[in-house]
Amino acid sequence: MTAIFEMGIAGIRSGIADGDFTAKEVAETFIARVSAAKPLNAFLVETPEHALAAAEATDKAKAAGETLGKMAGVPIGMKDLFCTQGVETTAASGILKGFVPQYESTVSSNLFQAGAGMLGKLNLDQFAMGSSNETSAFGNVISPWRRNDGGNSDLTPGGSSGGSAAVVSGRIAPAATGTDTGGSIRQPAAFTGITGFKPTYGRCSRWGTIAFASSLDQAGPMAHDVRDCAIMLGSMAGFDAKDSTSLDLPVPDWEAALSSNLAGKKIGIPKEYRVENMPAEIDALWEKGIEMLKDAGATIVDVSLPHTKYALPAYYIIAPAEASSNLSRYDGVRYGLRDLPDGAGLQDMYAATREAGFGPEVKRRIMIGTYVLSAGYYDAYYTQAQKVRTLISQDFDKAWNSCDLLLTPTAPSAAFGLGEKMDDPLAMYLNDVFTVPSSLAGLPAMSVPAGIDGKGLPLGLQIIGKALDEQSVFNAGLAIEERAGFVAKPEQWW
Amino acid sequence: MSIDKETVKKIASLSRIAITEAEADAFVPELNQILGWVEQLGEVDCSKVEPMTAVIPNKLRLREDVVTDGEIRDKILANAPIAEHGFFAVPKVIE
Repeated sequence: MTAIFEMGIAGIRSGIADGDFTAKEVAETFIARVSAAKPLNAFLVETPEHALAAAEATDKAKAAGETLGKMAGVPIGMKDLFCTQGVETTAASGILKGFVPQYESTVSSNLFQAGAGMLGKLNLDQFAMGSSNETSAFGNVISPWRRNDGGNSDLTPGGSSGGSAAVVSGRIAPAATGTDTGGSIRQPAAFTGITGFKPTYGRCSRWGTIAFASSLDQAGPMAHDVRDCAIMLGSMAGFDAKDSTSLDLPVPDWEAALSSNLAGKKIGIPKEYRVENMPAEIDALWEKGIEMLKDAGATIVDVSLPHTKYALPAYYIIAPAEASSNLSRYDGVRYGLRDLPDGAGLQDMYAATREAGFGPEVKRRIMIGTYVLSAGYYDAYYTQAQKVRTLISQDFDKAWNSCDLLLTPTAPSAAFGLGEKMDDPLAMYLNDVFTVPSSLAGLPAMSVPAGIDGKGLPLGLQIIGKALDEQSVFNAGLAIEERAGFVAKPEQWW
Repeated sequence: MSIDKETVKKIASLSRIAITEAEADAFVPELNQILGWVEQLGEVDCSKVEPMTAVIPNKLRLREDVVTDGEIRDKILANAPIAEHGFFAVPKVIE
């Protein structure tokens, strides 16, 4: 039998159902993995008692012959952007240090309702602003992966869901929650050889998820494979009256309808995604992906998304604008840090608190957002960006006239070394070149591991689907997964 | 359009973030680089385009005009840096 720690959601579920092991054994296995993984700095808070309590409830329910929830007995990692009742939630920021939510986010609550337990709160880029997990106020997350050059240099797990990617790829948690604003689920999934899914905007409630850019933020699963993502997303999604942009639609049973037969499906290859200076290995992987989808019965068509090059600049106006507004709530009055210099008034307290509590990247984005929303510049920057966003969305609509899905690389490179890009914010932003356009259009998209580069690091392919057509995205992902035969895992050095 | 140090200080003040002279100096080239890059959006002809308001068509819902929440004062105050007599406490406002 496969060792428990190597198992994902589906394996754990059937092992518990068949009586191969108890939920308690599963929880204890992963709790031990978590405490042994400190060198990765992936967890901000460990909550073994939560995982054990959920396991006990699952074992009791099974003994009583009750129907088990879809995530019953699965202890997961929770990105520390989800508010968890009674458990410190900081978004990896100094300004929320010590914040203990008095309520549970809808997504985490849905997962607990489905029987999941929580191993702990996962490190991330501060307020999810970053692509390498280097903006956390509590230190970098170190990827379990290393290059095969013997150099042992520390690599990024990607970001912003870096802690989630590290623990799933390191087999420290069988699955973890992520959030994706411009690629924060898909890029770290690609960097660490796991599967990550961003659903259609509105599928998962944003209630209780610490806000970054509200018109873009979506939660999603990060797991071993496509099936696990389908199971977990089914337990996260659903209508929530507490989020005004939540979609009032039934949640399909994505797992039950999984099929890797793509006969009749047309896959578009957007020519604008062939960017300059893309490593030959990524281009080759993309070609391999095309062959895999053909082999699964799909037809390949060339498509054009002419406004692609404007997606990143539009994103870096819209996301900071929304962030500057969302983060105005951190004022030192209601929660989190307060910095009150001697004799200071209210305005000085706000400024001192925010100076002390926000990291450099967060400040940079608040400043940009404030500028592009300020009087005299609003139309030139923000309104123009929202118009370009309309054009980007229309590009996708036009593409859907000739295809059902799009296949692209997930990221323009494999994981890079920690520290390599921190001096140049723009170079860091360019990491999201393939993931941002679908975020701006609110479309479902996933990253599937599909190959290994010359340095032994994983590479991912991205599938983008029509709004609400998560099923086709899952199915194409499954077709790639079955053919790519990706089995590489990081060697345990920690 | 390029940003100078005075503009950086004004943005910081609007953002309610205290910054030192050195930080203001550092922000000048950084913000100019990023804003210079996003300015390429100006090339796109958007004269006949409406700005995006919702990526997925969705109507704001109405609900019954009834109280659905409340009686949670202590929970709301639980994380306050300073709460006194059931209120958030702030320094004296002199303006």
